[in-house]
Amino acid sequence: MSQSYNRGTVEDFGRWREFTAGMWAWIFHKFTGWVLVGYLFTHIAVLSTAINVDPAAAQSSADIYTNTIAGLESLLVVRFLEVGLLAVAVFHILNGIRLLMVDLGVGLESQDKSFYASLVLTGAIVVASVPTFLGGKLV
Amino acid sequence: MSTQIEQQETETEEQEAEPEVESPGDRRRAAKRQRLQEEEAQRVAEEETLDDEETVHLKVFRYDPEVEGKQEPRFDDFTVPYHKGMTVLDALIYARDRYDSSLTFRHSCRQAVCGSDALFVNGRQRLGCKTQLSDLEDPVRIEPLPHQEVVKDLVVDMEHFYDQMEAVEPFFDPDELPEDDLEEQRQTRENRETVKMSTRCIWCGACMSSCNIAAGDNEYLGPAAINKAYRFAMDEREGEQRKQERLRIIEQEHGVWRCQTQFSCTEVCPKDIPLTEHIQALKRESVKNNLKFW
Repeated sequence: MSQSYNRGTVEDFGRWREFTAGMWAWIFHKFTGWVLVGYLFTHIAVLSTAINVDPAAAQSSADIYTNTIAGLESLLVVRFLEVGLLAVAVFHILNGIRLLMVDLGVGLESQDKSFYASLVLTGAIVVASVPTFLGGKLV
Repeated sequence: MSTQIEQQETETEEQEAEPEVESPGDRRRAAKRQRLQEEEAQRVAEEETLDDEETVHLKVFRYDPEVEGKQEPRFDDFTVPYHKGMTVLDALIYARDRYDSSLTFRHSCRQAVCGSDALFVNGRQRLGCKTQLSDLEDPVRIEPLPHQEVVKDLVVDMEHFYDQMEAVEPFFDPDELPEDDLEEQRQTRENRETVKMSTRCIWCGACMSSCNIAAGDNEYLGPAAINKAYRFAMDEREGEQRKQERLRIIEQEHGVWRCQTQFSCTEVCPKDIPLTEHIQALKRESVKNNLKFW
């Protein structure tokens, strides 16, 4: 259908003005999923370059692992990214539970409410986490 | 609208001039009478403007591949007088009958039964005859259904949609028929409730047009066709062999598993069919069908 005919500017995606809850949930779920995949690879890359632990150095907390983590934590940007990562992960988990319910056929008529609930809950958890992530002293 | 209001004003001015020579009491009564008259006249004028003069601004998609100079898609503006209870379809019919007889759109029953006039109104798939203009923001933008080939103006090619509908073999095929030809084939009340909503489909194609997956995958059966399959697969009178055949069709790669539960179809369905729920039920049904350990 869409491939066979081009209506030019009127087929523009901007015509879709009424995105509903289900669609937003889908978009956010895809987006947060890709962010988490990206984080996973970054996580592996960072840790795999920081695992040559020398027991003696670890004793005096001057080994490469501790240095790497401390170095990252000293950057304000990293602190903010951590808050963002938590937000993304929490939303993905909550919406994943919502999708599980949808797959089981439970409460499909309130799928929009459960999406809003997962948004609100994500917001609350992220706000509550801010002191933990941003509160520590920047080295 | 403007002429009526002017008339109104001249009338009240004349009446104001009259009671000047009367006693204070007369003047007071006259003023009161006049105030009532004014209020009455204002009410009538308001009602008249509501009835005759309130207008709706339509922006209608136009395209005609057969006429040179109309091949470029464009929007035409129509100003249509509004009356209470007017639908999008009423406004289109008015515009066609009074302004431009070449304006093309499908319509038939005008009461949300035939499913001819699914349109893309103000950024959403709606049934023209079922959408009140009072529910819409001005100007009302009317376009043909997205993701379908436009034949002319608001008419889209429904062939692909009908193909998908027929692909699920939407007919009733029981294993055993009652011995007496005239006997009814009965269904329990519970089973009727299960399939009730799915029987409401009017083949308007709004769901298919709203579905992102159907837009990107031409082979996807689409919500309406899967709903049709649900209607028969969930019917207890359906024959076992036909049910297996139908499940084979819908559990293919481009069947139920393409649905990503965006709920767009459920949102736009003019008959309020819980399409996503039916698709999910068929997903479970096909899993159960293939996971038999006994």
